[in-house]
Amino acid sequence: MAGFTINRRKFLTAAALGGSSLALAGCDVLDGLPRDGGLRDVLESANGLTYRIQRLIAGSDSLAQEFSEADIRQPQKPNGVITPSDEDYKSLQSASFADWRLEVTGLVERPLSLGLAELQAMPSRTQITRHDCVEGWSCIAKWTGAPLALVLDQAMPKPQARYVVFHCMDTIERGLSGSVKYYGSIDLIDARHPQTILAYGLNGAPLPVSNGAPLRVRVERQLGYKMPKFIRAIELVDSFATMGLGRGGYWEDRGYDWFGGI
Amino acid sequence: MASRLAMPSDMTETAPKPARGGLIYRQRLWTRLTHWIWAVALFFLLLSGLQIFNAHPTLYIGDQSGFGFDNSVLSMRAENTPDGPVGTTTIFGHRFDTTGVLGLSTYRDKPAARGFPSWATIPSYQDLGTGRVVHFFFAWILSITLIGWLLGSLLNGHLVRDLLPRLRDIRNLPRDIADHARLRFHHQRDYNTLQKLAYGGVLFVLLPLIIATGLAMSPTMNAALPWLPELLGGRQTARTIHFGVMLLLVGFFIIHILMIVAAGPLNELRSIVTGWYRTDPPQPTTSSGREGA
Repeated sequence: MAGFTINRRKFLTAAALGGSSLALAGCDVLDGLPRDGGLRDVLESANGLTYRIQRLIAGSDSLAQEFSEADIRQPQKPNGVITPSDEDYKSLQSASFADWRLEVTGLVERPLSLGLAELQAMPSRTQITRHDCVEGWSCIAKWTGAPLALVLDQAMPKPQARYVVFHCMDTIERGLSGSVKYYGSIDLIDARHPQTILAYGLNGAPLPVSNGAPLRVRVERQLGYKMPKFIRAIELVDSFATMGLGRGGYWEDRGYDWFGGI
Repeated sequence: MASRLAMPSDMTETAPKPARGGLIYRQRLWTRLTHWIWAVALFFLLLSGLQIFNAHPTLYIGDQSGFGFDNSVLSMRAENTPDGPVGTTTIFGHRFDTTGVLGLSTYRDKPAARGFPSWATIPSYQDLGTGRVVHFFFAWILSITLIGWLLGSLLNGHLVRDLLPRLRDIRNLPRDIADHARLRFHHQRDYNTLQKLAYGGVLFVLLPLIIATGLAMSPTMNAALPWLPELLGGRQTARTIHFGVMLLLVGFFIIHILMIVAAGPLNELRSIVTGWYRTDPPQPTTSSGREGA
């Protein structure tokens, strides 16, 4: 048979078929997708579905995979703010955090103020887990800390409390409209999860500054941005609508999903 | 239109207009609808996926990413050289200069360090949060449609009648490969062997695998189904497989489009839009043993 020759019509059809994808990409179809627009709301509704389905499948107590000492092959990669430049932080740091205190406030029966020694005197938990960053990388490290559930038991959350908010000492953004300190929030299911700890130790040593000294939270079934570092206060709330831009965290205010389970 | 005819195409100019085969109803509404939903969903999944990849354009093997050791298999980065910045892509230790496309490309007239260029990502600029929102929305669309298609196609017979390869399909494989290589297409109701294998491979291997590797990257799913990342070689291996399956799907798309163009794009498009397909006229003397419509 005669060889296949591509005629003009076929070529144009092919160009239209193949080119439509490039044209769509080139027209920046979702650039500037507004944070609060109707289309964004529709697309983000899938996150609510993910949250509910993952909670259903994973339950409240399923454990993140734990690894062995042999899997610790490198230092924990620091990310985000690595050395806070805030004056109050630096003065605490110069005294090895001896004057640092963790305030537990909000919708609790007994507000607490705990020093590092008091946290370290509580029953501790050590776990070797994989830190999954939203960017895509993973790093395995050994974390030691006090279970958040024990701290909550002492503070006795009121019945209307729904979220635990972590307030941090590090300024992550400096802009014309003022500076923003990191903050984040989780629900009470993750707050009471057995692997959710207020970590003060990393790989058998005190938690380094680059990884959040003196205290960071580990929320092992979520991504790294859900585990604030440099914590100064824990607040129990029934809503985070009045904090920041109202979405429950620094990154959430900038478009990340509140639920970081995927 | 040589491929439609049993006679050499150079006769089409002079020969009387040959008899056309009949129009047959080839694709049900559910088949066509799911096809186009997948087309849209995969388009957005690809471009938002490349956006997510760009947040850390390196792939690894194992549970974790090697920063203190090297377990990377693919990496895109921008590097400064005496001659200016270049974009490089390293695949299994082999380094390639990919300036302008991978590692370093132009965004708004300025060189930007980014894995894939702005024309290949949604949004065009770096915005991981929006990329994730778009990706997970269409991941749900794809997964739900795939399950709906599977159930519907089991019930309406599409799966068994049209996609399941038969013994004669397997026997016919060498000739079908030869026919495709010569771009000689037979327009019949039934899919040919390579079509069955390609569509079946996408629907039963590639799409389930890309969904499974996507779920294996979720820390919550890891807690719920610890065997999943383990089965796939660890979270970072799952991410690498996810990327590799994406490349295979892009490859399928390119071949799919080429085959449509080669086999007669208007007829092929009509069948996946309206369901109606024009078959070849009966060829009594050169019957290949295929079943006509």
